[in-house]
Amino acid sequence: MVKRTQPEVHSLRQQPDERGYFGGRYGGCFVAETLMPLVQELAAAYKAAKADPSFQSELAYYLKDYVGRPSPLWFARRLTERLGGARLYLKREELNHTGSHKLNNVMGQILLARRMGRTRIVAETGAGQHGVATATVCALFGLKCVIYMGATDVERQKPNVFRMRLLGAEVVSVTAGKGTLKDAMNEAMRDWVANVENTYMLIGTVAGPHPYPVMVRDFQSVIGIEARDQILETEGRLPDSVVAAIGGGSNAIGMFYAFLEDSSVQLVGVEAAGHGLESGKTAASIGRGRSGVLHGNRTYLLQDDEGQIEDTHSISAGLDYPGIGPEHAWLHDIGRVEYVSATDEEALEAFQLCTQMEGIIPALESAHAVAYAVRTAPHLSKDKIMLLNLSGRGDKDIFTVARYLGVEL
Amino acid sequence: MSRIAARFQALAAQGRGAFIPYLEAFDPDRATSQALLEAMPASGADLIEIGMPFSDPAADGPIIQAAALRGLRAGATLAGVFEMVGYFRKNDTTTPIILMGYVNPIETYGYERFCRDAVVAGVDGVIVVDLPSEESEILRVPAVHYGLDVIRLVTPTTTDTRLAYVLEQASGFVYYVSVVGVTGTHSADSQDLQKAIPRVRAVTSLPIVIGFGVRTPQHVTEAVRIADGAVVASALLATLAETLDHNGQATERTLPAVLEQMKALARAVQS
Repeated sequence: MVKRTQPEVHSLRQQPDERGYFGGRYGGCFVAETLMPLVQELAAAYKAAKADPSFQSELAYYLKDYVGRPSPLWFARRLTERLGGARLYLKREELNHTGSHKLNNVMGQILLARRMGRTRIVAETGAGQHGVATATVCALFGLKCVIYMGATDVERQKPNVFRMRLLGAEVVSVTAGKGTLKDAMNEAMRDWVANVENTYMLIGTVAGPHPYPVMVRDFQSVIGIEARDQILETEGRLPDSVVAAIGGGSNAIGMFYAFLEDSSVQLVGVEAAGHGLESGKTAASIGRGRSGVLHGNRTYLLQDDEGQIEDTHSISAGLDYPGIGPEHAWLHDIGRVEYVSATDEEALEAFQLCTQMEGIIPALESAHAVAYAVRTAPHLSKDKIMLLNLSGRGDKDIFTVARYLGVEL
Repeated sequence: MSRIAARFQALAAQGRGAFIPYLEAFDPDRATSQALLEAMPASGADLIEIGMPFSDPAADGPIIQAAALRGLRAGATLAGVFEMVGYFRKNDTTTPIILMGYVNPIETYGYERFCRDAVVAGVDGVIVVDLPSEESEILRVPAVHYGLDVIRLVTPTTTDTRLAYVLEQASGFVYYVSVVGVTGTHSADSQDLQKAIPRVRAVTSLPIVIGFGVRTPQHVTEAVRIADGAVVASALLATLAETLDHNGQATERTLPAVLEQMKALARAVQS
C-alpha cells in the first residue's frame, strides 16, 4: 500500500522543481551521459521560449488556425439520458486537426525544435496518433521525420501507418520485445543518441527525462483551461468530476491541470486494465505497478521482483505502456487524482455506446474514459456534472473493433 | 589500494594499456557464462566487465540487447551475478571486476544492499548507464561507504565545463564513450580520439579507458596508444551469438571461439 500524505506544497500547480522532480520524488533525468547535455540544452531552450511572448503568440496562431482550437464542449444528451444519472459533457479533442489531442503538444515542440535549429525529428508512437501528429507538422515545416512504432502496433494501426507515410515520414517497425510503445520508445532513444547533432526527439506523452513531462503538460494544459471556461459558461459552475483515460497520461494531465486547485472537483484517471487487473495482461501502471526508473524518469512501472520491465496488454495501442507520467505518480501518492481502470471489454462496449448515442466514434483510448462514465454515471444524481476528455477519434480503431465483433472488413 | 588502482599501476609499470573484455551474465546460460568468466584472465583480460542484463537496454545496440535477453531467459538476477563473481574470486583475487547495467534493477534491489553485496562478492566497480552525475548521489553515497568505485562515463558530447563536474567525484577509472550512439554500431575515429583523450586527461589523473566502437585488434592497439585501456564488448558477444545452436544454446564451439578472439585482442594490447 502506498502511504497517502497531504500535499506539502503551497500550490498543486508549481511542480516540478528545477531538477524535474514532482513532489521531490518522481521524474528526474535518468539518461545516458551522451544525452545529458542535450536534455539540459532543451530545458534551457524551453524555459526561454515559455517566457518569450513571441513564442507564445506564434503558438497561439498555429493552435487557432492550424489545429482548430478551441475545441468544443459537447453536452452528451442521449448518452446522459441512456445512463440516467450525471450530466455528461465531452471535451471534443477528437475534432483537432489529425484527430486527437496529440497535436497540441506536437505544435509546441515543433516550434521549439525550429528555434533550436534542429532539422530532423524522431518520435515514438503507440496508436499512431502522436506519430501522425508529428509527421503532420514535419510536412508543414519541411522537416525530416522518422517515426518508431512497435511491429504489433504497425499491424493493428494500419491506417495511421499509411497516413504517416503519405505525410512523408519514414516509419520504422520495431520488432524488439513485444513490439509495442515501450519498444518504440527504446528505439527512438537509440536513434536520438546516435544523431544528437541535428535531431530533436519529440516525445508524445508526459514522460521521459526532464523537461519533457513539464513541457508536454504545459502544451496540453490548453485542454483543461478551455474546458474549465466552457463549463463555467454553460453550467455556471465547476463540474463535480473530470475524467480522462491514461496511458502515459498527456491528455489526462492536460485536462486535470486547470482543475488541480479546485478542491470540489473530483479528478479521475482511467488506466487500461486489459484483460483485468489480476489477469497478468494489463497496462495499469498505478493499479499494478510500483516505483522505478525507465525511459528517463522515476515513476510507477509494471515490473517484476527483479526490476525487469513487464510486457503489457491493452486493446488500445496508445495505453499499452508499462509506465505513467511522473506527475500522475505524485498526484496518486497525495490522493489528488483517483486512478481507476477499465478493461478491454468495457472499453469496447463504451466505444459502441458512444458511437450509437452521440454519433461520435471515440478512440479506443478515450473509450476507457467513457467506460468509467458508463459504470458510474447511473449511480450519480441528475444534478451532478461529469466532464470527460474525448481525446481522440476512433476511425483508426475500426479494424480492431471489427475483429472483436467478428466482422470481416 | 583497490584492485583497480593496483592493476593500472602494474600495467603502467609494464608500459602497456589494459585489455577489458565484456561478458553478459548468464549469456547464453549460467554455466557457460561462469566458464567464460573463469577463463578470461588466462586469455589476456586485465580487467573484466560483466553486463547485468536489463529488459530495456536503451543505450545498447542490437548485439548487447540480444545478449541481455538471452541472459534474462537463462534466469539472470543481480543475486546470480554476485554469485558468479563470488565463485570467480575463489581462484582469482587480483583481476578487477566491473559491473555494467541500468538503474532500475539496482533501485529494486536497493542501492545500499547492492553496494554491500557487490563488495562482499568481490566486485570492484560499477557503471550505471542511465544514472548521470546529476542523479547519482543515491548510489555514490553507499558506494563510497562500502568502497565500490562508481565509474563515470564521458562522451564526445560532454562539454569542458561539464567534464569537470562529471569527473569531480569519479573514482577507479574514466570510461570514455568513443562514439556518439549506442554500443556496437560503428567504430571510433582515431583522429577524434587523439583530440578527445587529452581533453579528459586535463581534468583527471585517473586512468582513461575507451569503449563503444572498439572491435578489432587494430582498434585496440590504437585505443591503448592514446588512452590507458580498451573495452571490447559487442564484437565478443557477436562471436558468441554465432556459435549458438538454433535454440540459442551454447555449443562446443562457444567457449573456444570467444576465448580465441579474446587472445587475439589481448595480443594487440601487449605488442
